[in-house]
Amino acid sequence: MSYVFAAMIAASFLYSLCCGTLGELSTGMMDSAGSAVELLLSISGMLCMWSGFMRIAKDSGLIEKLSRLCAPLLRRLFPDVGEESEAFRYISMNFSANLLGLGNAATPLGISAMRELKKNSPGDAATDSMVNFVLMNTASIQLIPTTVAALRKSYGSQQPFDILLCVWLTSVTALTAGLISSALCRRWQRWRRSSRYSSRRCAATG
Amino acid sequence: MEAIIPILITALCGYGLIKGVNIFDSFVEGAKEGIATVKFIAPTMIALLVAVGTLRASGALDYVARLVSPFAEAVGFPAELVPMGLLRPVSGSGATALLTGIYEGSGPDSFVGRCASVVAGSTETTFYAVTMYYGAAGIKRIRHTLFSALLADFTAIVVSVVTVGWFMS
Repeated sequence: MSYVFAAMIAASFLYSLCCGTLGELSTGMMDSAGSAVELLLSISGMLCMWSGFMRIAKDSGLIEKLSRLCAPLLRRLFPDVGEESEAFRYISMNFSANLLGLGNAATPLGISAMRELKKNSPGDAATDSMVNFVLMNTASIQLIPTTVAALRKSYGSQQPFDILLCVWLTSVTALTAGLISSALCRRWQRWRRSSRYSSRRCAATG
Repeated sequence: MEAIIPILITALCGYGLIKGVNIFDSFVEGAKEGIATVKFIAPTMIALLVAVGTLRASGALDYVARLVSPFAEAVGFPAELVPMGLLRPVSGSGATALLTGIYEGSGPDSFVGRCASVVAGSTETTFYAVTMYYGAAGIKRIRHTLFSALLADFTAIVVSVVTVGWFMS
């Protein structure tokens, strides 16, 4: 991260040195520090409002309810994880917490899920279920994109939530693409392993 | 579409009351977490907003956008999304800083502004999630995880432009 930061600062300095825009650069730098705080203040109200409402959802037991609803769908993604197992319970709770945008609740549930999955497989390689589970967490499946809406509002958007449908379609498509590619990779790895095995057997017998 | 949020909130409060939850206390408790989150992300956000602000003020960001725009436009892709797509999997705060830059330049209700919003709302900080979950479980060989995760991120950027083009204009 330090390199990204340093590269950004150095690139701006060098570029404005070449273009003779050092004056604009120094005022721009000061201004952006001030407007950063303004921005944070202006979005914090809406962020707090949503974490407040989502906390109501959590306290009403909606995570457990949603995870029961999602179970049939998740069963297909994790065929080798028993539906009665702790691992499956954590996976579905993590999924539901992510749907509600409860990041603070989803992360510890996700870590517990990974540890449970690890119990079933010795060694340091990721299992198919682990890959799918991490993919589910690298894609955003949040139902209400609150932070983006708060940012749009603070920049004067007329309808901060008018992107809702596009966000849903996009996240579902992206997650599906990730899962399909993972299934294809898995098949390819299996095919390569089996072809190596059979060629070795041919060499041994022949 | 504009009815979704009010309906959701009303239903949520009603459901909480039926379940016997003290919804006011719950809300306050959650808002406290919200403040904690803002406090937690503030230093990083300020650092990256300054860095992006500096890039914008120097004109280097416009220069990059000008460089990639012929290629991007050839396939009908907004050039401003390129830097954001590159930074998104690495740094959430960095991508947010670029997002606000796009809002400032073109407005949150513009085509680019909406595309960038959809990207931000439908992706996560991939590298962070991969490192954290595998780190917690002590997994070293992650196989094709990163490939599939980055493919999903790439898909999100492409699909965001397609869906915003379909539904919003």
